[in-house]
This record gives sequence, C-alpha cells and structure tokens, in this order.
Amino acid sequence: MITRFLWQGMGRNLRLFVLLVLAIGIVLPLLNLLMPPASAFYVPAWVLQLIGKYLCYASLALAVDLVWGYCGILTLGHAAFFALGGYCMGMYLMRQIGSRGVYGNPILPDFMVFLNYKELPWFWHGFDQFWFAAIMVVLVPSLLALALGWFAFRSRVTGVYLSIITQAMTFALLLAFFRNDMGLGGNNGMTDFKDILGFSVQADGTRAVLCFASALVLAIFLVISGAVVGSRFGKALTAVRDAESRMRFLGYRVEGYKLFVFVLSAAMAGVAGALYVPQVGIINPSEFSPGNSIEAVLWVAVGGRGTLIGPVIGAFLVNFGKTWLTGALPEVWLFALGAMFIAVTLFLPKGVVGLWSQVRTRGATRKARAPA
Amino acid sequence: MSMTEQRSTSALLYLSGVTVSFDGFKALNNLSLLVEPGEMRAIIGPNGAGKTTMMDVVTGKTRPDEGEVVFDGRADLTKLDEADIATLGIGRKFQKPTVFENHTVRDNLLLALAGLRSWYRLLLATPTKAENDRLNEILSIIRMEPQQHMLGARLSHGQKQWLEIGMLLAQDPKLLLVDEPVAGMTDVETETTAQVLREINRTHSVVVVEHDMSFVRALGVKVTVLHEGSMLAEGTLDQVSADPRVVEVYLGR
Ligand SMILES: Nc1ncnc2c1ncn2[C@@H]1O[C@H](COP(=O)(O)OP(=O)(O)OP(=O)(O)O)[C@@H](O)[C@H]1O
Ligand SMILES: [Mg+2]
Repeated sequence: MITRFLWQGMGRNLRLFVLLVLAIGIVLPLLNLLMPPASAFYVPAWVLQLIGKYLCYASLALAVDLVWGYCGILTLGHAAFFALGGYCMGMYLMRQIGSRGVYGNPILPDFMVFLNYKELPWFWHGFDQFWFAAIMVVLVPSLLALALGWFAFRSRVTGVYLSIITQAMTFALLLAFFRNDMGLGGNNGMTDFKDILGFSVQADGTRAVLCFASALVLAIFLVISGAVVGSRFGKALTAVRDAESRMRFLGYRVEGYKLFVFVLSAAMAGVAGALYVPQVGIINPSEFSPGNSIEAVLWVAVGGRGTLIGPVIGAFLVNFGKTWLTGALPEVWLFALGAMFIAVTLFLPKGVVGLWSQVRTRGATRKARAPA
Repeated sequence: MSMTEQRSTSALLYLSGVTVSFDGFKALNNLSLLVEPGEMRAIIGPNGAGKTTMMDVVTGKTRPDEGEVVFDGRADLTKLDEADIATLGIGRKFQKPTVFENHTVRDNLLLALAGLRSWYRLLLATPTKAENDRLNEILSIIRMEPQQHMLGARLSHGQKQWLEIGMLLAQDPKLLLVDEPVAGMTDVETETTAQVLREINRTHSVVVVEHDMSFVRALGVKVTVLHEGSMLAEGTLDQVSADPRVVEVYLGR
C-alpha cells in the first residue's frame, strides 16, 4: 500500500529527476575519492562541499514549495526549521568533541566552560547519542510547526498575516539564540566539530558520504512530496490553496490539511539543516535571520512554484549565482537578488520550469501548425 | 410557546427572528422562514434584499446577531462552522460560480463527492468503482462528459454553473442552497437548468435564489419575497406578483 502510495504520485519526469539527483550524489563523491587529483575528472573537495550545501538548500526549497506552492501558505520563516534541525545536529557534534576541546572538559563544550557552566543544561542530555539527535532533528521543528500551525490555522490566520507570524517566529528565535544564557553557544554558535558517528568530519570519505546523504535525502523528499501532492490529499490541498472557503462549504476541515503539510515541511527543513551543519562546519544564530527565509522563498519562485522540480532547480541556480557573485562582485549580490525577485515576479510567474514548459508547448503548437 | 412548538415541527430548515447587521446596517432584519422536507422554495427580491446573506447565515459563513437557525429539527446552525454544517447535509452553490480552477471537471466532482473528508484517509485513498460510476453518472446528468478532463479555469461561465450544480449533486446534501443559478445563461440553458433542479428536487430539498422571473415561473414552486432583510410576501408566483407591496418594491425603484 505504501509503495503504491509512493509510486502513484510520480510522473515520468519526476522519476527521471530523482534518478538525476541520485546520480549526482553518487558520481561526484566517487570521482572525488577515486580519481587522482591531476585527472580532469577529479572533483575537488570544495566542489563536493558546495554541491552538498546546495542539495540541502534544495531540500529546504522543496519544503517551502510544499506549503507555499501547493497550499498557498507563504511562509517567511522556514529557515528557522532548517536552523533548528541544524542546531540539533550541532549539539550532537559538540558532544562528540569530548575532551578534545580547548579546555579539555570531557562533558562540557568549550563555550560552556568559558561561560562558567557547572554542569550540562538539561536539554543537552541525550545529544551524545546519534539516534537521539536524529529524532530531535525531526521532532523539534515539527513540534514548533505543529504549535504555530495549530493556533494560526484554527484561528484562520491567512495571507500576509500568516507570513508576518512566520517571519516574527524566526526573528524571535534569532534573538533568543543570540543570548548566551540559552546554553546554545550564543552569537558564536557551535563550531570546531571533530567527529560524526566516529568519522572525522574533515576526512574526504566523510565529506563524500555527507554529499551522498544530502542527495539521497533530497531524492526521498522528492518521492514523498510527489506522493503527497499526487494523492487525493494533494488534490484537496491545491483546492484549499485555490478556494479555501469553497472547501469548507464542501465539508473539509482545511486546518487539518494545512497542518499536515506545514509539519511535514518543517520536518523536511529540519533534516536538511541537520545535513547542512556538518558540511559547512558551523551553526550560529545567523541561520535564523529573516533574510534566509526570504531567500528560500526566492529559490522557489525562480525555479517554479507549485512544481516539485522547480524548487530544486531554483535553489541550485540562485545559489550558484550567489557563490559566483559574492566571489566576483560581492557588493552587487543584494541588488542582484532584489532584481531577480522583481524580474521573476514580472516575467516568470511560473519560474524557470514554467518557462521550459511554455517553450515546449509553443514548440508543439508550431509543429502541429506546420503541415497546414 | 409558539417558538418551541415550531421547533418540534418537521421543518427541515427553520429561521426565526434572524438579524444580521454590518456596521449598523441590517442586511437581515428579523427574518423568519420555514422550509419543509422535500420542498423546493424560490426566493426573490431586489438587489441587496439579503438573499445571499440569508444563505451565509445558514451555511455558517456569517453569524447572526439574533435569532434561531435550526436544521432538521435539532441542529443549531448558529453554533456550528462551515465544515460541520456541510457534513450535516447542507450544500451551497455560490452566486459567483466558484469551481476549482486548477482541477479538471472530474476532479472538481471528485472533491465534492460525498464521503471522504479527513486528510489522513485521503492520503491513501484511490477512487473506488462506486465513486467512479457515480462521477460518470453526474457527468452525464450535467452533460459534461466531453469536458471531464478540461481544467475548471477553461470552462465558460455557463459550464461553470453546470459544474457547480454537478458538485452539489456529488455532495448529495439533504438541502441545496442555490444562489442565482441561471445568471449569464441563455434561454435554453435556463430552461434546462429548471428541469435539472426539478429533477434534483425529487430527492432533495432545494432553496433557489433567482432574479429571472421566467425561470422562477418554470420552477412552479412557492415563492418568498425578501425586501430590506425581511420577508415581504409568500405564496405562488401569481399571488406574490399580484401583491401591491411587491409591485411597489420592484417597480418603485
Ligand atoms: N460582508 C458584508 N459587509 C458589509 N455589508 C454587507 C456584507 N455582505 C452583504 N452586505 C450588505 O448587505 C446587503 C444584503 O446583501 P446580499 O448580498 O445578501 O443581497 P442579495 O439579496 O444577495 O443581493 P443580490 O441580488 O445583488 O445578490 C447589501 O446591502 C450588502 O451591501
Ligand atoms: Mg446575492
């Protein structure tokens, strides 16, 4: 039953795309590990790290699209779920450092020693275990989304008010995580990670596996999302997006639909954040900054809202542009971002993917017309 | 006294002393109305008379400031929300046709089909044979089989009206509230719509709001005239159109 559920949602394009994502996640790490550095096919570690990062962003974009593109909830706070997942992973990684920290305390992370903590705060317990951290990576963002969604959707907060609430949420978390007495590293956050599951986070092999894991997770998310939006639930979901009150008059409790995708999406964002942190080697409160959430929305807009492939393409395109521009012309990036947002809203309402299908149908009609 | 007596009558829909005000303006003013089971009722009245507001009150969209709204002799509709009321068996067609634009005609009907509503059951549900048969049946009643895979957005105004009626059939409510079903239809379409509504009325109770007098005449049912939020007259179309107050309201504007 579950396999049928997973397969029925997948069109041919999506299946091919999932295979492509998996191929990237397998081939690039292998080329890094197996090819000699002098070879033309060698993929340097920094490229691998970059691709791994983009893959995590793509998962975040997919999560945003699930609520915005398919349910019409313009979330401006999804980076918060991403960051929370990241923090859970960060806490695990901190505890793996053990006595190798600067202060050599076997239990307390360096920043706690520095801040004169006498013992581990209660919420740090369990994070020395990977399985516990992994559960928290999913649970913490989900519960926050559940609480927020429960109140917002039940009291029928929609549109711009909902966007403002999500933005306020991430901003509140930003401020909270900046505080040293939160016990989560204050404004410096957590860094200097050593091991993950007993392997050095710096090692080539670990990086390769992390990149692969990011691709695998994205592929799984694509399959899950495809199943959700392709099901009868998905039909109801887009109907809620297009005519919410009509659905109520048909007897649907739209809160349940919204809440389910919102929580699912938050969990996805959390997992993406958890994979992101060991690859970039740091997590700090700036991940909560409102701009991050807005950027994630932009990736979706650029790629194509309401499609599954679009957000992935958008995340790669925009971040590639960002990496390139911040290197070449750092002062231009923010303006380019703004210009892109305006350009997409004006000229590409359905994003790059929409453009592609437009070109294809135009080509098809031209072909159909040609013989006449 | 008389109120409790009426509550225990067999009326399917019972409105008593319903008042709705928007910023002091009374869209409904002490309105009372009874619809018997199996009845079809036409409601007419000039623009702004409160016809749509009356439907909003019955379907839970608008809460009345005063008055009672009882369905099926027991359910107090003023305490329930839209989804509850729909589940009890009240369906609604809107004045402005609202179909799901990004769904096909068939999917529109599937979404309306009575039965599955909870999100967790829909995740794994596929349309059953019975459901597919029912969809085909409705498609043929509303004469839209050829358009069944067309997106809602691409339908003409008249087709949207039809689709909405089909969605009501799919929803299979005890009581149908139909707001201006023939607005924008040709004479032939109007005539067919009257037929379809009479057909539907064999198994469902119906309340129709309509301005089109030839349509109301074709329905041949009891008519209620609303004016400034209250009932002005009630009876056959001939009776009410002979009522001088009704003539005054319609011609005096
Ligand atoms: N949400 C609202 N806020 C303020 N005024 C409203 C609201 N809804 C309706 N009204 C007013 O209440 C009055 C009754 O409106 P209603 O839509 O019920 O009329 P109607 O009989 O359906 O008219 P029509 O034949 O034009 O559809 C109108 O004057 C309208 O402007
Ligand atoms: Mg009206």
